[in-house]
Amino acid sequence: MRTIDVASRSFSVVRVVRVVRVGSALVLGGLVLGACNLPGFGADRGATTQGHSTFHLFQFFAILSIPVLLSVFVPLVYAILRFKRRGDEIPKQTHSHIPIEIVYTVVPIIIIVVLFVFTVRVENKVTAVSAHPNLRVDVTAYQWGWKFYYPSLGITEYTEGNHYPDLVLPENETTTVRLVSSDVVHGFYIPAFDFSRYALPGVTNYFDFTPNQVGSFIGRCSQLCGLYHSEMLFHVSVDTPAGFNAWASSHSSNSKGA
Amino acid sequence: MAVIDDTVTEHVVPHHAEEPSGFYRWLTSTDHKVIGKNYLYTSLAFFFIAGLMAVLIRTQLFSPNNHFVSPQTYNELFTIHGSMMLYLFAGPFAFGGVANYIIPLQIGAPDMAFPRLNSLSYWLFLTGGITMLLGFLTASGAAAFGWVAYAPLSEATNSPGAGPDLWIVSVALVGFSGIFTAVNLVTTIMYLRAPGLTMFRMPIFTWNMLVTGILILISFPVLTAALILLYADRHFGTHIFTVAGGGVPVLWQNLFWFFGHPEVYILALPYFGMVTEVIPVFSRKPVFGYKGLVFATLAIAGLSTGVWAHHMFTTGTVLLPFFSALSLLIAVPTGIKIYTWVATMWKGSLDFKTPLTFSIGFIVAFTMGGITGVMLAAPPIDFYTHDTYFVVAHFHQVLFGSAVLAGFAGLYYWYPKLTGRMYREGLGKLHFWLIFIGFNVTFLPQYVVGLRGMPRRIAEYAASDGFTFLNRVSTVGAYITAIGFLVFIWNMWISWRRPIPAGDNPWDGHTLEWGTSSPPPSHNFHSLPPIRSQRPVWDANHPEHADYLRPPEPSRFSSRRDEAVVDR
Repeated sequence: MRTIDVASRSFSVVRVVRVVRVGSALVLGGLVLGACNLPGFGADRGATTQGHSTFHLFQFFAILSIPVLLSVFVPLVYAILRFKRRGDEIPKQTHSHIPIEIVYTVVPIIIIVVLFVFTVRVENKVTAVSAHPNLRVDVTAYQWGWKFYYPSLGITEYTEGNHYPDLVLPENETTTVRLVSSDVVHGFYIPAFDFSRYALPGVTNYFDFTPNQVGSFIGRCSQLCGLYHSEMLFHVSVDTPAGFNAWASSHSSNSKGA
Repeated sequence: MAVIDDTVTEHVVPHHAEEPSGFYRWLTSTDHKVIGKNYLYTSLAFFFIAGLMAVLIRTQLFSPNNHFVSPQTYNELFTIHGSMMLYLFAGPFAFGGVANYIIPLQIGAPDMAFPRLNSLSYWLFLTGGITMLLGFLTASGAAAFGWVAYAPLSEATNSPGAGPDLWIVSVALVGFSGIFTAVNLVTTIMYLRAPGLTMFRMPIFTWNMLVTGILILISFPVLTAALILLYADRHFGTHIFTVAGGGVPVLWQNLFWFFGHPEVYILALPYFGMVTEVIPVFSRKPVFGYKGLVFATLAIAGLSTGVWAHHMFTTGTVLLPFFSALSLLIAVPTGIKIYTWVATMWKGSLDFKTPLTFSIGFIVAFTMGGITGVMLAAPPIDFYTHDTYFVVAHFHQVLFGSAVLAGFAGLYYWYPKLTGRMYREGLGKLHFWLIFIGFNVTFLPQYVVGLRGMPRRIAEYAASDGFTFLNRVSTVGAYITAIGFLVFIWNMWISWRRPIPAGDNPWDGHTLEWGTSSPPPSHNFHSLPPIRSQRPVWDANHPEHADYLRPPEPSRFSSRRDEAVVDR
């Protein structure tokens, strides 16, 4: 009697392991096959090559979270529906079940290792700074505005009253941004690029954008910086290289924020 | 089988006979039960004030370009909302209120180890809390730099006036109060356990409070030190956090989060403990995987001191893979806890009273918040969502899930013990459903609006941003939550005015606090049941199912051992 019971239990453990294994194989396979056709879960798809990698990582996390959520909610809902108190009977006093405890410890560790490997790969892509970028822009954040300086072109754009400055970038070319702050901590944030970085007094930050989509986007300050934090906006315009050059030649003479 | 000795352990009764009563008692008492209740009332009062601020914040965000409050007032509101919720409610409610009251009862002690220090803790806490609110009365207004007070925004040049100073002093006072409470809790748990109550027989709530106390002792002094440095910068001409004098602004973030991340678990572990008390009792089962839970708690505590820089991924000054790996890893012990709660309910006899309902709500909210926390542990995803409403939704799901859903599970569970009376079950359920629905309606849309690029702490947004609809939904959710708390206040009022006696052990509780009268006498116990397992009161009430009937040493696979016991 007892041996049958133990056998059926270990069978159920084996089944759990198998379901997890098959499920994760399906998820991984699905990701590899059709990453672009999968839903975005509300996330921006990222208008730079770096941002697009971030988007895929987010997608991967979101998809993997579904079986994890279900692994809690399905037994929880089942327990709520099935094990409501009906009489005064005392249920079996189970204190532990080592195989199940091992499963719910080891499987999450495996998931975490997989997530970490993907994270580091994407992180290296997103944080890589090119030694020979096509363009450099110096960005200075201050209360409450932005200054964009193109050292190679001699162009400066900055916040003037209600005018939000324009960060113009060429499509499919790599731009290195040098980011500093002249007063408090600000956050240089372009939602459409799936990216933000602190402008930190005393620290100079460098990062790359390679926009792969022509268009205009909004930029914001993400870190609370005082009274007019919400007004600290800027525009981002991604143009074709030809369009960018036209803009550069028309602006290099009158470097103004108008 | 060993011969079981059924003699009752007699306690040395301390001299509590001439206790004063009324207001004088409230003012002078060193009884942990009086101080614990004072803490509960005070922290709940702060909770309601901070909740009211949340309603004002949500009202401001109801429409684009709204001018319900000015940007300055808005910044003050969310700063004090966050500060009160974290420093004055979530922490003190758990370790000053519930733990203070319950821990000595759970371990069979007559009081805390240092009753006068306990009293000092409360008065420091009350003084600190009032000091924070006084900021609104100063000419320059209350502090307006967020609960994290990032330097150099919190320096005198950028935040002049007395309001920020009051905030610094307030947090330092409350910090000292927390440190003293932690000293008291750790000492009490280490030295005042009743005979027979070994470490591995301690209830999980007691375990979690022990670990929380140690975490407080590790992290709070760092915050106090940082606050003193900030105060020196503001008033004594030092330049610790300003570039101008050769200081390092990012040092503030390192010091603050070295406190701030353990703090997150200081605010979570006590609440994990509360639901771990509630779920077994209302399932009529022992907690599943007790030792696994204890080790998970210890693992969370250990890891939590090494993850602070995941708040600083976007600073460009931290080693990303290290902090990412540790932050991801913390999901494993947290996951163990969640599965343990579900497994405890599995094949139980579930009685869906208000405490269990709140605990299940907590599991749902915390699981969702935990999963988005794993996402945020990946630096690239954090670059995208840092300082947006995605983060706001994440930490409200975990913190509201813990401090409110689990906290009120604990409050309803121990209400009969505290008062000897029963709350109104129907109103308790109504309270649950209103705040559970309201809370999800408030915060789930914030994930989406965050992914669309809405930064946190902005006083206004434009109609063209596309944030309006989701913000409206969120605001409606906040109002529903607020109504839920009116139901709670009504429940407490009616239960106080028209009492229903609850009896000493209405839930068929497992642990020692249910082995004394409700409310307990001033020295807590006239006598203690024999303590031979983790559930002494259960053992006494259900001798045929007593835990100590199990063989003492577990075999390699304890599943077989369990069956051997049940088959007998």
